[in-house]
Amino acid sequence: MKKSDITILVADDDPDYLFQTVFNLEKMGYRIMAVESQAEAETLIAKSKPDLAIFDLMMESDDSGFILCYKIKRKYPDVPVILATAVSRETGMSFSLDSDQEKEWIRADRYLEKGIRPEQLDQEIMKLLKL
Amino acid sequence: MAVLKILVIDDEPGIRSGVSRILGSFHVTYPFMDEDYTFDVVEAGTGEDGIAYIEKELPDILLLDNKLPGMQGVEVLDYIRKRNYDIVVAMITSYASLDVAIRATRDGAIDFIPKPFTPQELKSSIENITKQLYLKRITHRMNQEGKKIRYQFLSVLSHELKAPLNALEGYLRMMQEKQAGDRIEDYATPIERSLQRIQGMRSLIMDLLDFTKIRLERKEEKVQEVNLRDVATDAIVTVQPYAIQMDVTVHLDSRSEAVVMADPDDMAIVFNNLVSNAVKYNKNGGRADITIDSSENEAIVIVADTGIGISKSDTENLFTEFVRIKNEKTRNITGSGLGLSIVKKVIELYHGTIKVESTPDLGSTFTIRIPKKQISIN
Repeated sequence: MKKSDITILVADDDPDYLFQTVFNLEKMGYRIMAVESQAEAETLIAKSKPDLAIFDLMMESDDSGFILCYKIKRKYPDVPVILATAVSRETGMSFSLDSDQEKEWIRADRYLEKGIRPEQLDQEIMKLLKL
Repeated sequence: MAVLKILVIDDEPGIRSGVSRILGSFHVTYPFMDEDYTFDVVEAGTGEDGIAYIEKELPDILLLDNKLPGMQGVEVLDYIRKRNYDIVVAMITSYASLDVAIRATRDGAIDFIPKPFTPQELKSSIENITKQLYLKRITHRMNQEGKKIRYQFLSVLSHELKAPLNALEGYLRMMQEKQAGDRIEDYATPIERSLQRIQGMRSLIMDLLDFTKIRLERKEEKVQEVNLRDVATDAIVTVQPYAIQMDVTVHLDSRSEAVVMADPDDMAIVFNNLVSNAVKYNKNGGRADITIDSSENEAIVIVADTGIGISKSDTENLFTEFVRIKNEKTRNITGSGLGLSIVKKVIELYHGTIKVESTPDLGSTFTIRIPKKQISIN
């Protein structure tokens, strides 16, 4: 599959992070659907199926990202999901996807801290899509 | 109405039924409690039976005789202590030797009820125990809630602090790697957005300083007569350059003298926040009206704008820390999400109230009432 055949859904309420992510991913050749809220993402998920999704954790509510993971996995179990956040682990908001128990309640395939380099993000995407 | 479970372990049936009878109709109430306490008494004739009961269901209070047929009272106490059970224990005993008393106290008994006791003696002991139990539980709950709030605040704060840095870093990398082109003009949006994020970060830092100030500083020595008209005038002067830029006119209507006893810095925080919000969330050509008035006991401040307004569901969370109303209209307005939570905290410090009425697209009106006479602030 070519990158230009792959559609990625990106949901983030930080307009700058969204702009940059979209800019970088488009440059790499992906097709992007970008939305700024959990609500918009839900509308989009109901209408169309992306090949991969990247969700910000905190949008309208503190757990918007978790909810989106859950909803997209229920509708499209095979769509890989990346959860991205700027909440740091040092403050105790610690979760990872390392144990089965955590995978059970966080329905994401990858958990990434924001600020990772675009090439790193590209690699994670390719791994998840087995490109 | 709350019920406390009392277990009485005594080998004398007369004592057990006496306790049941006296406490069955007894209730404890204090003005500071949110509810009355009544008691549910369960009886055990031996230490072994008592422990069997404890293992089934933890009582709140244990009345414990020391002299028992098998296992002794102090041994029951020891059993409870080793398992860290949360039970308040009072010994009921006829000949407490100093030895037993010391050992029992060391192992956590908090009271001694001499045998035989009058109903009044038993009741006053139970009343004391209930009071202690209540205070202990309230303290515990408040500590838990306090911890939770601080913890949430920190994790959200770290998010708010890191988000603008991530944005700036991303834009700078974009420029460093010349991802959007070779000319500086190709980066007009990233540069404009970076400046906005820096502005947002600065206002967050300023608000955080206000936030820590109102939390940490003792105010008593700074409290003085403050004329709210003067504070309002200062706030208007401060916001003026921004108001001109936004094409918003700011008006002050001082209907009567409003003087409160307060720390002038606190009042400045309140007015600066409300007046700058009235400009910030306004429309081109809009108005911001500040009205100062007073009743017999209160100073009244009304800050009204002709701005974008707030929907009913959004007003509910308006005063919560880090809550920013996000929609099309607020997209390009920077803010920390702390301003109104600070305003509310300050006003509550002075036993005042703040309320908001708003109509989307027409504007918002904030009304503050502060008592003129201050008894105490904490």
